[in-house]
Amino acid sequence: MFDNLKIVFHQGKQFIPDVATAKVPGIFRGRPIISGVQVNEAELQGLCPANAIATKPVSIDLGKCTFCGECALRFPDKITFTTDYKISTNEREHLIIKEGVEKPVEVNPKTVRREIHRIFGRSLKLRQVSAGGDNSCEWELNAANNVQFDMGRFGIEFVASPRHADGIVITGPITENMAEPLRIAYDAVPDPKIIVLVGTDAISGGLFADSPAIDRGFLDQYPVDLYIPGNPAHPLTIINGLLDLTRKKELIRLIHPV
Amino acid sequence: MNYIRITNHQTIPVSDIPELDYNSFFELNTGFIFDHPDRHCVNYFGYHEDNHIKLICCIADDETHEIYVSSCSTAIQTRLQAFTSKLLCFEKFEREIHENFGIDFIDHPWLKPVRYAFNRADKTKTIANYPFFKIEGEELHEVGVGPIHAGVIEPGHFRFICNGEQILHLEIQLGYQHRGIESLFLTKKSMLQRATLAENITGDTVVGHTTAFSYLWESLCGYQASRDVHFSRTLALEMERMAIHTGDLSAVCADIAYQLGSSVYGRLRTPLINFMQEWGGNRLSKGLIRPGRDQFPFTSGLAERLKNIFDAFEPDFNEISDELLKLPSVLSRLERTGVVTPADVQEIGAVGMTARMAGINRDIRTSHPYSLYPELNHEPILKHHGDVYSRVLIRRQEVNQSMAYLRKLMNKLPEQTTTNTELGKPKANSFTLSMIEGWRGEICHCAITNEKGDLVLYKIKDPSFHNWLALALSVRNNEISDFPICNKSFNLSYSGHDL
Repeated sequence: MFDNLKIVFHQGKQFIPDVATAKVPGIFRGRPIISGVQVNEAELQGLCPANAIATKPVSIDLGKCTFCGECALRFPDKITFTTDYKISTNEREHLIIKEGVEKPVEVNPKTVRREIHRIFGRSLKLRQVSAGGDNSCEWELNAANNVQFDMGRFGIEFVASPRHADGIVITGPITENMAEPLRIAYDAVPDPKIIVLVGTDAISGGLFADSPAIDRGFLDQYPVDLYIPGNPAHPLTIINGLLDLTRKKELIRLIHPV
Repeated sequence: MNYIRITNHQTIPVSDIPELDYNSFFELNTGFIFDHPDRHCVNYFGYHEDNHIKLICCIADDETHEIYVSSCSTAIQTRLQAFTSKLLCFEKFEREIHENFGIDFIDHPWLKPVRYAFNRADKTKTIANYPFFKIEGEELHEVGVGPIHAGVIEPGHFRFICNGEQILHLEIQLGYQHRGIESLFLTKKSMLQRATLAENITGDTVVGHTTAFSYLWESLCGYQASRDVHFSRTLALEMERMAIHTGDLSAVCADIAYQLGSSVYGRLRTPLINFMQEWGGNRLSKGLIRPGRDQFPFTSGLAERLKNIFDAFEPDFNEISDELLKLPSVLSRLERTGVVTPADVQEIGAVGMTARMAGINRDIRTSHPYSLYPELNHEPILKHHGDVYSRVLIRRQEVNQSMAYLRKLMNKLPEQTTTNTELGKPKANSFTLSMIEGWRGEICHCAITNEKGDLVLYKIKDPSFHNWLALALSVRNNEISDFPICNKSFNLSYSGHDL
């Protein structure tokens, strides 16, 4: 008992006070910036392992990017990755970063379904389905719930049963073998419900997009409410994305005015 | 000689692998392992060659530090005597060959599907109709769990046959994660694409699999890595071991409802993986390891930073570990729970930590050394009871051991010599085998090239391929409520198995 209390005392406070302004340590490959410098565009495009780079003008699709950073290593004047981890959005085309355009990736409140804020604004329970995920995004989703990131303090939690959930979080490119279980889990979630895609594999299929073992038909049928890119997505990207989608930040500001 | 001896990461011409008739092939490979506890099968697979299937079997010998490779060519529609009829450790390899090519093995206990690969021989078999083992009886009932589990983890189906609360039998059905990675290795042509694929085999062993791929690729291209490249890889491998072991201890604590342990281990993992981000830009070390390159040099500044992290980590880690391992309520849940006997571990050919927890000294770092491990004089940590407690203890001690290795390595930083070498084209008509001791155990990658130097086969074996059966055996006669801690204490990979 006393030993345990001693450990509690030694550990002290661990949580990150403000998840919106916390700094990530060292180098981190977050939102890229593409300069107007002239480079061999064909070479740049050919470099990308995931075909995320388009030319004329140069753009990077964060939904396809594996964040390997090769383009920034080879063309440091053209592409730099910033430490901005707030790259979640509800509109797929916002994930495409264009040359010379330097603005944050954001959730567009005008296009978020109205009921999301009204119904899930205070509490959001999610069922995660790994459909071919490599266990890295699953890792970071779990990390988002640890004592440091502590997503539970905002009323966002993962639940065991889809019946208790307000939506599903999909990781992985959706394998043929998981297509049916995913559909069953989604159908078991009561309406209204949301779909969140976490990680490059889930958003575009990533490197597996053209694999014959993949079946992404599910995503053609249902609307996606939030895209959280990354390989894997950083816990702060996940938390900020979900907070912006449910407009919880407004609520937090109401309770704790700055 | 009817087999060839090679060493780890060695490239040989495919034609150097002797081709035997099936009877000699059978006698040779079962004879290698029978009554030789220091040998085990690291890979056994088939691939299409003209109108035939070529089978290649690789047996590792821990005493001689060599791998014995032999091959056999067989027709597609054929029936062969199963290796499994003599040795159980070939069970899954033969199931895989049966699933992929339709070869029937005589006297195999049950040729069940392994992962329902998209290119399987029999498309009428589907994952929804898996042939489970059944026992009829009024006292018995079945419990099905998955593919989607309660927590945020990967999918797989567990089918228990129970008598009341007691588990009589567990069968584990996998394949839900199958993404066709081995085929993508052939269709994606650039080195970067393949390295990125290797990173995505399983996200919790990024360094292990990417290092295995990198050594394989360098060997195929005839490139000798310089000391700083070896240094970075050794460092990253041990960092990965520390981080995952710490996270696993957190998960075990969560499953026995020791909240403090779960929180403290969980938070202790963060500085370790955050350091990987400081070093290479990704918490799970994606993008850090590349063939022929040391793209994020390990500077003296980073070394200083890591030493400071360890100085803060060590007292906290030891404090919580000492507390955990003396709490009676914790020990009563861990001790004698989920036992796998050394005989069973030996028989199924388990590898890595799963072998070492039952006293079997199987560790690629000592048996087939690579990178800077020869300098570290690595001594594997062995436990003898084969229970959850042994697996927890191994993790705790391996964290301390890895930390000591890392401190030792950092005393002498290598000179940065690598200038992003472009590797040439792989050698034509070659075979390479690469083994790495990841945190779970031995990772084995094999590649074969054709006359143009293009890959015709890329074969990946994650340690989980052997070890899932150990989990199924461990829960027998345990209460079903102890299944979660048994499962967490192994922490096997679904995506690494399903590929």
